[in-house]
Amino acid sequence: MHFTINGQSYEADVDVRTSLLDLAREHLGLTGSKKGCDHGQCGACTMLVNGRRINSCLSLAVMHQDDEITTIEGLGQVGNLHPLQAAFVKHDGYQCGYCTPGQICSAVGMLDEQKKGWPSYVSADLTDSELNDDEISERMSGNLCRCAAYPNIVDAIREVAGLDDRQPVLETAREIGA
Amino acid sequence: MKLFTYARADSAQAAATDAAAPGAKFIAGGTNLLDLMKLQVETPTRLVYISRLPLDRIEERDDGGLTIGALVPNSDLAADARVIERYEVLSRALLAGASGQLRNKASTGGNLLQRTRCYYFYDTATACNKREPGSGCSAIGGVNRILAVLGTSEKCIATHPSDMAVAMSALDATIVTQKADGDRRRIAIGDFYRLPGDTPEIENVLEAGELITAVELPAPVEGARHLYRKVRDRASYAFALVSVAGVVTMEGERVKTASLAFGGLGPMPWRNPAVEAAIVGKPATMATFEAAADALLADARGYGTNDFKIPLARRTLIASLRELTGTN
Repeated sequence: MHFTINGQSYEADVDVRTSLLDLAREHLGLTGSKKGCDHGQCGACTMLVNGRRINSCLSLAVMHQDDEITTIEGLGQVGNLHPLQAAFVKHDGYQCGYCTPGQICSAVGMLDEQKKGWPSYVSADLTDSELNDDEISERMSGNLCRCAAYPNIVDAIREVAGLDDRQPVLETAREIGA
Repeated sequence: MKLFTYARADSAQAAATDAAAPGAKFIAGGTNLLDLMKLQVETPTRLVYISRLPLDRIEERDDGGLTIGALVPNSDLAADARVIERYEVLSRALLAGASGQLRNKASTGGNLLQRTRCYYFYDTATACNKREPGSGCSAIGGVNRILAVLGTSEKCIATHPSDMAVAMSALDATIVTQKADGDRRRIAIGDFYRLPGDTPEIENVLEAGELITAVELPAPVEGARHLYRKVRDRASYAFALVSVAGVVTMEGERVKTASLAFGGLGPMPWRNPAVEAAIVGKPATMATFEAAADALLADARGYGTNDFKIPLARRTLIASLRELTGTN
């Protein structure tokens, strides 16, 4: 079978049952994508296929021989980080880091969807949805973080989306006298 | 996962013929089927991959409706400007389902054919008549919080998990298929699903190898208000405990037309003409809405941990009707 991942060509002779995730991790040495639940519930395995985010654990490798696949390794490297990778570092958008590659691939896909004008469940107007914290949370709900770094993940995405910084929680607490 | 042979179909007819063999299944997005195959709840011996077939368009119909190709991904369907403008209930239902990643992969046809999320259907160590006919139902007398209160049988109390199909029921969609013998047919969504009865493993009227190629939506109802209200255990990325899809028009203070379908309550997207009859031509008042809820829940039966769904469905329907009719 032939695959194109991060712009590179690969040949691999794998069992037809091999998921896209296992192809990358077990056969091609691309271990950036993580296996969390292996059932499409956690999002740790998120990759971009022809620019669209999907759960790579719930897709067979054999179904993706004509596709352009991007994993976290293809977004940026040490010394040349993708803006979302840099923002996750800056805002401390993780603790253990296991969900992070999926979070970042998902955020890349999500921001692209939002740019195309795709609405979400929380959009009041389906034809005109502006990104805000509620929109980011809803659109990223397919990516779980057991360390609950969610507020910082939202901050990182806000920065890359060009939204203003949120007011720090401590400042808010002082203002209301808490 | 059990071993299977794999083939990529190059036409709808070839796919239907190939998948008519015993043990064969179509695969498109695979988001439900592969999940079940990993657990060996599904054990197909052959997969016919259909995603490269040219069934991914949304096209205008002469009557002002739309024909949705069976392979249109859920996310594309939800974001389509024509769907948003004419069938907001469908966009909202799609956006209420699953996650961004899953909607990017899940197809229109596959969404209609989703299997139940009943815990016991998924757990091969327990009895389940849907998974293994004749083995019994562990959900009756078990943990059945998410399961059905309408249309159940002694053999099965599973719910159909789709949000999309609930909206399509309210919109009177028609499912278009290609059969293995070359025939095509059009099936009203109201005739598509089957109640569990004594054969809960048979969930719809599709024959072996019969491929869903499209879903047709009739012309939109002029001046209608659309709503999809979903009640669930968390705010996002969870299946419905109860959901309501509604398309309603008003004439002054009275309900002129109403189309209502329900998720989370039955083994199929639930539509009951008596509910609509209870409100059409009637004033939009609490008494009218209560009558609609009475009609919906007249035959409802709880199984213990899902008893709460009956009052929840009543309140959700009434809240939905208040919103749909602009009534406080």
